[in-house]
Amino acid sequence: MKHIISLLMENEAGALSRVAGLFSARGYNIESLTVAVTEDPTLSRMTIVTAGSDEVIEQIIKQLNKLIDVVKVLDLNDGKYIERELMLVKVKANVNFKDEMKRMCDIFRGRIIDVADNSYTIELTGSCSKLDAFLEAIDKTAILETVRTGASGIGRGDRILKI
Amino acid sequence: MNPQNSNTTSANDANSTNPTIRGAEIVIRCLNEEKVKFVFGYPGGAVLHIYDEIYKQNGFKHILVRHEQAAVHAADAYSRATGAVGVALVTSGPGATNAVTGIATAYMDSIPMVIISGQVPVPAIGLDAFQEVDMVGVTRPCVKHNFLVKDVKDIAGTLKKAFYIAATGRPGPVVVDIPKDITAHLAEYIYPKMVEMRSYNPVLKGHSGQIKKAIKLLLEAKRPMIYTGGGLVLGDGSHELVKLARALNYPVTNTLMGLGGYPATDKQFVGMLGMHGSYEANMAMQNCDVLIAVGARFDDRVIGDPKDFLSKQRAIIHIDVDPSSISKRVKVDVPIVGHVQSVLAEMNEALALEKTTNDISAWWKQIDEWRGVESMVYANSDIVIKPQYVIEKLWEVTKGEAYVTSDVGQHQMWAAQYYKFDQPRRWINSGGLGTMGVGLPYAMGCQFADKNAQVACVTGEGSIQMNIQELSTCAQYSLPIKVIMLNNRYLGMVRQWQEFFYENRYSESYMDSLPDFVKLAESYGHVGMKITNPADVEGALKEAFTKKDKFVFMDFITDQDENVFPMIAAGKGLSEMVLKKDNKERHED
Ligand SMILES: Cc1ncc(C[n+]2csc(CCOP(=O)(O)OP(=O)(O)O)c2C)c(N)n1
Ligand SMILES: [Mg+2]
Repeated sequence: MKHIISLLMENEAGALSRVAGLFSARGYNIESLTVAVTEDPTLSRMTIVTAGSDEVIEQIIKQLNKLIDVVKVLDLNDGKYIERELMLVKVKANVNFKDEMKRMCDIFRGRIIDVADNSYTIELTGSCSKLDAFLEAIDKTAILETVRTGASGIGRGDRILKI
Repeated sequence: MNPQNSNTTSANDANSTNPTIRGAEIVIRCLNEEKVKFVFGYPGGAVLHIYDEIYKQNGFKHILVRHEQAAVHAADAYSRATGAVGVALVTSGPGATNAVTGIATAYMDSIPMVIISGQVPVPAIGLDAFQEVDMVGVTRPCVKHNFLVKDVKDIAGTLKKAFYIAATGRPGPVVVDIPKDITAHLAEYIYPKMVEMRSYNPVLKGHSGQIKKAIKLLLEAKRPMIYTGGGLVLGDGSHELVKLARALNYPVTNTLMGLGGYPATDKQFVGMLGMHGSYEANMAMQNCDVLIAVGARFDDRVIGDPKDFLSKQRAIIHIDVDPSSISKRVKVDVPIVGHVQSVLAEMNEALALEKTTNDISAWWKQIDEWRGVESMVYANSDIVIKPQYVIEKLWEVTKGEAYVTSDVGQHQMWAAQYYKFDQPRRWINSGGLGTMGVGLPYAMGCQFADKNAQVACVTGEGSIQMNIQELSTCAQYSLPIKVIMLNNRYLGMVRQWQEFFYENRYSESYMDSLPDFVKLAESYGHVGMKITNPADVEGALKEAFTKKDKFVFMDFITDQDENVFPMIAAGKGLSEMVLKKDNKERHED
């Protein structure tokens, strides 16, 4: 099953490679990994999307906790959470597609953020599955390139990951 | 990224009137503060400032080895023998990479160590400078933690943390990589009194509710079993375990790493378990209904195939300081995270208040039946020296009190099977990584730890040659180690697997062109002995151990074809043991 794991770690050189190294050394799967500093400049927050059986996820959480630089780990799937990912899609600006693309963009609440002679760039935010759905919905032959940030996750309501 | 570090190390009354000193001197002062007695090392360009300060001090003794791998192994064994943090010092680049095997070996067996490596000057890092290697990157997968010190002001705080991290929780090696220019810069010396890290707070005390549950389960057991590993030895929990086991009168087995955790000559001891464990230990492990695992991790050389192990129902209690060791290969029913010594002490207190006793005489009867199989009996010979016989005699001659280090191979298994360890921290071997070449440097570490002790290095003619250069170190420091080499002219363990699983195709497992070990030893000023006749084994051992201040190299020419039994083939289960060569697998009834 897919899990979203959030963690807080010391904002130190090499901390990211410790997490990435753990996943590759132990053969855990990473679908995406995002990291950036938090409002407290000594802490970074990371969101890891992974998949595995309950036992594997339990091991992943334990192994992450074992890393000396990791301050806190939370499996967002243990409760309610929100997940968001940003995607930029560059599509062909073909006259025939124009209206259709505009319509899809509206349905998925995307925005066209760049217009050139031969292409448009669309910005889209949402859950990973919504972004997948958008790519399914538009004409694939129109896609020139896509770039995704990977998911960021946060607990709902009172679920707060803080030290 | 922000280099600021929020983990605090609180300084003792930091009045900034202290004079400034060089980073190298700070390193020395920190080691003195940690009461380090020995530093095992080898000099080179990047650590010359540190070596210059070593020259000026006498707080600790520096031991000059002949290869950095041996420095780390010796420091590792020093720690295994004493419980103190082992310290090694190596230069950058090749010095650092030579140390890696030693570091990985210590990591796999959870040995607390601090390894200080030199690094090229900060401005040169990343420029492929002479003798540059990314030590923090190279060692990341085989250390508990590592640091690159980029400011002289951070040396003391980092070393304080390194010692703290190495020794607490599940112990392990910590690398501190220090660039050369940092050791020349000046700073005030302030050694923090204590460490506080928000990201690292190892659990010590076990959960009382879980401990109660465990006691209840144990007292209701019909076929109980106590299984202990290296964690019991490292956590100094042996004394409490003996108390618990005696109060309950339950059978005890130790893993290869755990030997000595429970006295081997005690009647409740059923021997080592696992791939080359005793029949009774493996059968009891497989057929018990309540199992308590203490500082052990159900690894593949112990329970084999977890499917076979789980084909029998049993309740499992697991005490370990590392939560990630629990339910990793086998799901457990009562996990207790905590320091083994304190958890066992709490169990003993709770047990003392219990009125119920549990009679398990039927189970003991069954175990005695398994004992009757006599899986450790071997056919002795008066023509050719049997390796098992040498170890039995070694045990007798040393009265079971020696530090026994071993290398890796058949000789290691025979040492584990036939030397009965009654005390913890006496059996020193590479259980996790299985590193050939550890034996001699391990013996050095033990002899430095206890200069009057009998130290025996049980080795093979293959393994000894992987760190043979240390014969020179042993001469320099007059270490009266006794090398017990079981010379079968084979990479015996490899040959055994080739005999069993590759139809006797002995591919590259013959040891040809061996030196004359007697002459080799003598050339370093040591005593050399070659023993070819079984009748001479005991006398030779006695003679060697009476040479109290001499290093003696004993070359025992042993039976070439001997194999280690019993055996469970890799990937098979505990119920699929082979007792002797001609036997088919012995399945339980
Ligand atoms: C560094 C290293 N290389 C290879 C091995 C694989 N290996 C395990 S046992 C063994 C043979 C050891 O031979 P020897 O030291 O003569 O001991 P014996 O088995 O003959 O008693 C080998 C090659 C290892 N464990 N470590
Ligand atoms: Mg051999």
